[in-house]
Amino acid sequence: MTAITHTVSDSATMVARQLRHMLRYPSMTLLLVGMPIFFLLLFVYVFGGAMGPGADGAAASRADYLDYIAPGVVLIAVTSAAQGTAISVTMDMTQGVVARFRTMDIARVSVLTGHVVGSLVQAMLCAGVVVAVALLIGYRPSAGPAEWLAALGLLALVSFALTWLSVALGLVAKTVESASNLPMPLMFLPFLGSGFVPTETLPAGLRWFAEYQPFTPVMDTLRGLLTGTGVGDAWIAALAWCVGIALVSRLWAGKLYDRDPSV
Amino acid sequence: MATEPDAVRAAIGVTGQYSAVDGLLTGRENLMLMAKLNRMGRAGARRRTTELLELFDLVDAAAKPASTYSGGMRRRLDLAMTLVGEPRLIFLDEPTTGLDPRSRRDMWRIIRELVAGGVTVLLTTQYLEEADQLADRIAVLDHGTIVAEGTAAELKRRIPGGHVRLRFTEARALESAAQALGGEADPDALALDVPGGDGIASLRALLDRLDSASITPEELSVHTPGLDDVFLALTGHRGANDHARKANR
Repeated sequence: MTAITHTVSDSATMVARQLRHMLRYPSMTLLLVGMPIFFLLLFVYVFGGAMGPGADGAAASRADYLDYIAPGVVLIAVTSAAQGTAISVTMDMTQGVVARFRTMDIARVSVLTGHVVGSLVQAMLCAGVVVAVALLIGYRPSAGPAEWLAALGLLALVSFALTWLSVALGLVAKTVESASNLPMPLMFLPFLGSGFVPTETLPAGLRWFAEYQPFTPVMDTLRGLLTGTGVGDAWIAALAWCVGIALVSRLWAGKLYDRDPSV
Repeated sequence: MATEPDAVRAAIGVTGQYSAVDGLLTGRENLMLMAKLNRMGRAGARRRTTELLELFDLVDAAAKPASTYSGGMRRRLDLAMTLVGEPRLIFLDEPTTGLDPRSRRDMWRIIRELVAGGVTVLLTTQYLEEADQLADRIAVLDHGTIVAEGTAAELKRRIPGGHVRLRFTEARALESAAQALGGEADPDALALDVPGGDGIASLRALLDRLDSASITPEELSVHTPGLDDVFLALTGHRGANDHARKANR
């Protein structure tokens, strides 16, 4: 009983610490949200005119193309936030304050919990800003409250999974530089899936990859929920990927954190 | 001990060689964080934080991020954070390495106050003067094993007493003095180290012998053995990277 209350209160303290870091240094969050907004504007205004009409009837104009890519861009926002998570975890580990936490009688998991919850808030914030910008430039999802809620839930689950993954990557990285590079491939996954073009337009090998990588079912589900094009059974694969990634990453991160820091 | 690691963690405080402070938080926030992790109530946490800021002379800097602190301030904040939970046993790993003389003396004062307050301090240091100043008991470590243990006075007694250093202006004077008095000549420095000097009587005897041999050194200085001599004698002059470990009661 006391062990549980200690874990909860220590974790709450660590979450508060992360949120304070975020509030004090908003430049990091701004940097993280800048990337997806850049991609959003780039694809809608630079490529949108050329891509829209060509793409398989699914999109016929710049506005339709915006509808099509919005979920992909939101996912880029989440991966961008994940990159920030890895950086802040590595910074924390190399700074020495975590070495102090290790010598104290506090719940071991609380340090990581603080990072995960703090980053989850940051990721949702980034995603929210990106959706807001998309709405501003003409994104008109047809979703009702229930669909929005489902989309939000899926997004939170994706963020949760990717945050644990980037916590683990942050623990693997020895320097802040490598921490900012390790999660980079995540950011490109939406491009190599159904994020910006329908997978049917891709060449055979790439198409196979695009159809079976984790982000494609997530983007398809989000798109289906928001623009009412139907979800099909993509959501099952989406949920399975999220739960799987979260679980494996959680175990991996825990193992990395528990290892002897002197090794 | 091995079966209850958390109870041990609750009773000790560790201050590592590199300051373990959260650079993004202010001094006050760092201390409040420690207070919360020590599960103090809000009022108690505030009181303890204010108390420690005053004790460690950090009141003026309390609202600034720790990343802007000087080396000495960071060390003080670091130690203050260790003390939030009022541990009974504190491990300090080279607490004054890299500090300027004033900060070092401040740190020494704080450590003495802690010991006076009944806290047991185990600290490692490369500075033997520091061990001499602070320690009740000293253990000398050489390549990871303890080669000697005791009070500073006990350790100093283990090596031959002090010596008197006589300096000369020319090599011939040094030679004749070495013949008359014995001792260890250093031709490069034109100096002769003769045993004695650990008492007025032995010093007077030495002066008498100088007189009767009509030797007039340029300069005479008395050296009492310090912990440096003890360390070098015990570790056979290898000691550049070794530690002297000392424990306060």
